Amino acid sequence: MSVTALATSSAAPPVAATARSRGYWSGVGRRILRDPLTMGCAGVLLLIAAAAVLAPWILPVDPYKTSMLHRLAPMGSAGYLLGADELGRDMAARLIHGGRLSLMLGVLPVVFAFVIGGSIGILAGFAGGWLNMVLMRSLDVFYAFPSVLLAVAISGALGSGMSNSIIALTVVFVPQISRVAESVTTQVRSLDYVEAARMSGASAFTIIRAHVLGNVMGPIFVYATGLVSVSLILGSGLSFLGLGVKPPEPEWGLMLTTLRSAIYVNPAVAALPGAMIFVTSMCFNLMADGIRSAMDTKA
Amino acid sequence: MLGYLLKRLTYTVPITLAVTVVCFLLVHIAPGDPLNAVAPADAPAEVVEALKAAYGFDRPLPVQYAKWLGRAVAGDLGRSVATGRPVAGEVLSAVGNTLLLAVVGGAAGFLGGTLLGCLAGYFHKTRIDRVASAISVVGVSVPHYWLGLLLTIIFSARLNWLPAMGAGPGGSGNWTWDLAHARHLVLPAITLSVIPMGIITRTVRALVAEVLSQEFVQALRAKGLRDGQVFTHVAKNVAPTALAVMGVQLGYLIGGSILVETVFAWPGTGFLLNIAIFQRDLPLLQGAILVLCLVFVGLNLLVDLIQPFIDPRMRRN
Repeated sequence: MSVTALATSSAAPPVAATARSRGYWSGVGRRILRDPLTMGCAGVLLLIAAAAVLAPWILPVDPYKTSMLHRLAPMGSAGYLLGADELGRDMAARLIHGGRLSLMLGVLPVVFAFVIGGSIGILAGFAGGWLNMVLMRSLDVFYAFPSVLLAVAISGALGSGMSNSIIALTVVFVPQISRVAESVTTQVRSLDYVEAARMSGASAFTIIRAHVLGNVMGPIFVYATGLVSVSLILGSGLSFLGLGVKPPEPEWGLMLTTLRSAIYVNPAVAALPGAMIFVTSMCFNLMADGIRSAMDTKA
Repeated sequence: MLGYLLKRLTYTVPITLAVTVVCFLLVHIAPGDPLNAVAPADAPAEVVEALKAAYGFDRPLPVQYAKWLGRAVAGDLGRSVATGRPVAGEVLSAVGNTLLLAVVGGAAGFLGGTLLGCLAGYFHKTRIDRVASAISVVGVSVPHYWLGLLLTIIFSARLNWLPAMGAGPGGSGNWTWDLAHARHLVLPAITLSVIPMGIITRTVRALVAEVLSQEFVQALRAKGLRDGQVFTHVAKNVAPTALAVMGVQLGYLIGGSILVETVFAWPGTGFLLNIAIFQRDLPLLQGAILVLCLVFVGLNLLVDLIQPFIDPRMRRN
């Protein structure tokens, strides 16, 4: 059934753009709903996000409350389901609360870069000519920096802190998203229906809004979803280096670094925050893969 | 082909210049005074002025940049604010350690990735493919600093098989090729290899599957070539793109080893960057980033320059 839907959607003439796109997106939605792996990952992510948002109600334990008596308490000890950290703070509460900042570090830079990079790329691709040249060649400079180094350099220069980490990661992702946006927009711009719209007197703004956006958002979105796990790992990595979130805030990367000295005493507890980063980033990766293959009508 | 080589070479010049500008400006986007690390907060104004003049911070920015660039070209990256030693020497001795780690870790990752990718692509959509793809997803999803910690917990803290810190016995920073030093390399190299392994697996898998679906492969099979011989043809088609991706990945390993170097206290550039950031040693930070970027730009150039020699299709046009 999906095969026939695919065949009709790709064979439909480009003139019927609105009808085609509605069919296309509901097809994508159907394919995602039918993919157990993608839905499973989405479920896990929803669970982690919901736990992070509702943390005080789910586990009414203060994640900042230290207790010298319970330092590095093992998992399962009385009152400490997942043990306690090097200052005797409850690990379960810190892991759940930690999702707030860590998820923000994963999602926010990508959202900002999606808006900024997408606009730059679409503008460059649609305008073409010298504007394209100037915009894209200046973004090329950022490709001369390995992304980890660029993030470390910017947050190192700006100083530690959550907002500086988000700025640094946004700067890392803007050039990448711009490049994708520019290349798809350049392809769309040369299609006949855009030319036809221009001939019929539509303004540049109208053409972008009505004819370009709908066709370029998909590929840019797919690319951006793949960046969330990178952003999460890098963002927590900045905290791990001491460049991101400041103590005593609960954040997975920061918790991992403060527990480093405990690996000889209580390795299981020390490894927990990293496991959270790993599971979350893997779910984001698998979900991005699922979305990509659901949107790829050629496959 | 000569035209392509020349064009690519010329393109490197503005990029390199732009990189130097960004590295230079890094010091100036930093909040606070670059002199904070040397001058005490209550230093009298004339002392601060004298220090500013001594470091050249009293000149206008373009003048500072030109002077800095001129000295950098001559190999002088200034002196570390914290230690007073020349930055160039500190960075160069660290770069060797980083390169060693990146090359060994990269080689392991590329080898594993190529193997897994070929298997997955050749047995496309079978169980082997699913296992290889699962390994590659784990490879790109695992926070490598956490993997480093796990390996330390298992192989150093529990089993006591391998050392957890440094590049040699007794914290020696000078690398020599012997067993005692090589034991220090194992865990950081494995840690560094997982990301390129995951990425190369994905790339090679997609390339092999795509080449195998082309008609010329059918023709080769129809001609009666054995699987091994067919695969030689596939490998030749996959190699240029795969090598290009590997080149970029090697660059990322050199520039991105800061997290792994921090976990294992490996005395490379990442470790140096860490020190520079926390002591707010801006000349050291600037110098380390500049050298790493130049290595990265050079590596990308090298990859592009050898492409036509690997891929005969590029030689023709």
